[in-house]
Order: sequence, then structure tokens, then C-alpha cells
Amino acid sequence: MHSHRSNKQLWRRVAIAAPYLWLIVFFLTPFAIIFKISLADPVYAQPPFTNTVSVENYLFLLTDKLYVITYLRSVALAATATILCLALGFPMAYGIARSSSGTRSLLLMLIILPFWISFLLRVYAWMGLMNNYGVINNFLMWLGVVDQPLQLMYTDFAVFVGLTYSYLPFMILPLYATLERMDLDLVEAAQDLGASRTRAFWDITVPLAGPGIIAGCLLVFIPAIGEYVIPYLLGGPESLLIGRVLFDEFFVNRDWPLASAVAIVLLLLLVLPIALLQRSQARDQEGAA
Amino acid sequence: MNRPSRFILSTLAFGYAFLYIPLVSVIVYSFNDSRLATVWGGFSTRWYGELFRNDQVIDALLLSLRVAMTSATGATIFGTMAGLVLARFGRFKGRTLFSGMISSPMVMPEVITGLSLLLFFITLQQITGWPGQRGFSTITIAHLTFSMAYVAVIVQSRLMSMDESLEEAAMDLGGRPLRVVFDITLPLIAPAMMAGWLLAFTLSLDDLVIASFVSGPGSNTLPMLIFSKVKLGISPDINALATLIILFVSIGVFAAWLITRRKTD
Repeated sequence: MHSHRSNKQLWRRVAIAAPYLWLIVFFLTPFAIIFKISLADPVYAQPPFTNTVSVENYLFLLTDKLYVITYLRSVALAATATILCLALGFPMAYGIARSSSGTRSLLLMLIILPFWISFLLRVYAWMGLMNNYGVINNFLMWLGVVDQPLQLMYTDFAVFVGLTYSYLPFMILPLYATLERMDLDLVEAAQDLGASRTRAFWDITVPLAGPGIIAGCLLVFIPAIGEYVIPYLLGGPESLLIGRVLFDEFFVNRDWPLASAVAIVLLLLLVLPIALLQRSQARDQEGAA
Repeated sequence: MNRPSRFILSTLAFGYAFLYIPLVSVIVYSFNDSRLATVWGGFSTRWYGELFRNDQVIDALLLSLRVAMTSATGATIFGTMAGLVLARFGRFKGRTLFSGMISSPMVMPEVITGLSLLLFFITLQQITGWPGQRGFSTITIAHLTFSMAYVAVIVQSRLMSMDESLEEAAMDLGGRPLRVVFDITLPLIAPAMMAGWLLAFTLSLDDLVIASFVSGPGSNTLPMLIFSKVKLGISPDINALATLIILFVSIGVFAAWLITRRKTD
């Protein structure tokens, strides 16, 4: 009996220690390192930073107009994309949740399918649709709606389309999960008691779908804010976003300390949304258990 | 309940068109004979031929597949352990940090993960001399680290939805803990591990940003190669590559859907 227990203890320790150590080495330590480098000064040397400690990089980021604008623009763009995903995703999730069970599994499969196809190639597909002589412009000119091609590519509009397109499944899936569990009798009861359809929607459906709305919005907003590929391929050269700035600061300007500080500030911006998301997921799991 | 309104139906139609028109358009243009992406030059499969004769593409594809297989397998091992720990081990010292570290890589913006890992590898190399060259090993480690979180979550939720009585019964009958894990728990969570492996594999094949940070000169993954080409605009052989990937994935997902549907019916 004794050997059983010690065996169990040993197994327990291994199962905890292996992933734990891995994450401490390859997840936590890297953060400690960028934090340390963010406090250094850049120099022409190998490695290109000093061993000094100062908050100069942070002060620069918070006072430099270009950086402040870039952060704000990234937040605004991510928020707009989140709203677009919600506006399109909510009725879709609702429609899927209300369809018959056979259609529902097909519709869900079609939502998940693009997720398995390379993200980069799906963004690339829009380059072919939106360029000046692309499918959309050819179609509009054929219809006679426009006689000059519209400038779609390299605009904020293209970035919004790309973000909405790429992140739509992340919005629909959590929304669907809550809408599907929802008790429809409540909506019917409200309508029987004289509430209009709109009223029943806003007073019953939306609050009940609350957790799904929150989870979906955060799942879109958090990755969208640091997005690099979509603005690079679809956005204009003036559309500076924080993911791109970080990349360029590191690879083009070779300013490691500043790039690290940009990353830390971005992380600080995201601490609140990430904490909210983890709380909503923890609650969801308690609810499911 | 009342039938879906016309508004819901038209949004669904619009939404699915929005999701699928770009994919269909890439497939159609991959058979375009013209080098100019904008002009239809007649039906042709020449870009597929050029794709297969392109050594760069083949090399990048092989590197991506090696990284994806290795990192998905590692992520499944560590992620399954982590999922077991979170679902079955109750409280232990450091649990909060553990569960925090498990879920954080999933929500971390890619640019941050990429930059921090690259600076970590550079620092490590200055201290220990390893990794002398960044490439397969560093990309694999990076992918394993973020994808194990997904495996852990899938395994954990599968374990939470299963009751513990089978494992307890086996223990009560004198089964050794490790035996119980291998004979009872692992077979029960095998579908979750499989799903986790596939997800980790796909995430690895899909990743551009993190790989761009942690790879060194000369080692291009497939997404890195694609990105370097499409940065310059539409490229017909990339259309062909995208078509192959779309068809391959669609057949896989569709088959999996048919199988699970038959099971549930």
C-alpha cells in the first residue's frame, strides 16, 4: 500500500512539474527578459542594449505623439472590428441556434471550416477581390454602379473587412453556445405578456446572451489590437498600427529596448480585457461542470 | 417557436457569402492562364506545375510539416498532463500561477510572444551557446509553448464533463495509479487528445508572426515564404497553393463532420 502512495505521489509530481517547468522557462522567463531590456538604452554593440535601468523608453512612448496616436488608432480599429463582428455575428449565431438540428450542424461546420485554412491565405484572398481590377470592382463596373474602379485596397475599409472576415468565427462560436442554451420559453412568455419582438429581444435575449457577447467581443478585440498581417497586406502605408510599429522598431530600427517597451505597454493595455476573458471562461467552465 | 425572420435569413446568407466568396474566387483564379491576376486568360493548370517545380516552396512546406508534427506531439504530451492536473489534482501549491500560465499564451498577441521568445533565445545563446542557429528547434519550441495551452483546455473540459467514478473504481480495485491513467483515463480522453493534436498541428502550420521572429536566416516556413511573395501583390502560384490547401482542408473537415454526424444519429 505504501508503495502505491509513493508511486502516486511521484506520478503527480511529474505531471505537475513537466508542463510547469516548460512554461516557466519558455513563457515566464522571456517576459522577464523583455521587461529587463525595456528598461535599458540602445547602443551600437552586440547585444544592442546597455545594462542600465531607466524608465526613459516608457516616458518616450507616453509623450511621443506618434506612439500615442498609434496606440489609440489600434484600440479604435480593434474596437470597430469587434462591433462589426458582433453586428454580423449575432444574427448569424441566432439563426444557427434556431435552425433545425440537421441544418445546425452543417451551418456550424461551415463556420469552423475557414478556421482550419491558413489565416494568411484567407487574408490574401481579399487582395484578389479588392484590388482596383479585382472581382468586386469588375462586378460594380459591370453593373454600371461605378465607371472608375473604387480604391478599396490599402484603405482602412480593407483593414476592417479583413479583420471582420478573419475574426468572425471567434465571435459566432461563443455567441452560439449561449444562444443555444437559452430557454426560448422566456422570450415567448414576454411576447405573450405583450412585449413587442424588439422589446423581448433587448430585454430578454441580449441579457441572457451576455456572457457569450462578452467572450466573443474579447476574443475578437484582444488579437485584433496587435494584428500585424491584415494591416500590412490590406492597409495603407499611413495606417500605422502597434503590431507593425513593434515589428519595425525591432527589425528595421534595431531598437530592442524600445520594441520591448512597446510590447510591455501593449500588454498593459490588454491586462484588463485578458483578465475579464479569463474570468468569463472560468465561470463558463464552472457552469458546465 | 416562430420561424427565423427574413432579417435573420438574409444575414445568414450574407454572412456565409462573405465567408466563402473569397475562397471561391481564389480557386477560380488559380486556373487563370494569365500572369496578370486581373485578366482572365483562359483555363490552365500551369501554375500548379510551377508550384511543384518550385524547390523553395517544397523546402518551406517540409520545414513547416516537420515543425508542426513535432510541436503538436510535444504540445499533446504536455497539454494532456496540464489538463489532467487542472481537472483532477485539486489544489496544490502554485496552482493559480499554473492555470494562469496555461491560459495566457492563448490570448497573448503574437507580436509579444514572438518578440519575447526571440530575445529569450538570443540571451540563452549568449549564456549557454545554444541555440547556435535559429530555425527548426526554436520555431518548434515556440509553437509547442503556445499550442499546449489549447490541448490543455480541450483535455480539461473533456475530463470535467466525465465523472471520476470509473477511475475511482479502478483505484479501489487496486489498480496502480499509473496503470489507471494508461488503462482508463487515457482511452477516455483519447478523442480530446486527438482533437488537441490536430488543433496544435493546424495552429503551427498557420503561424506566421511568431515564426518570423524566432527563425533565423535561411529557414523559411511555408507561411513566411507565402508572406514574402504576397507582400508584393497577387501571385498566381500562391493561388494554386491556396486552392490545394482549401480543397485538402475542406475534404478533411467535411469527412470528419460526416463521421461525427453518423455517430450521433
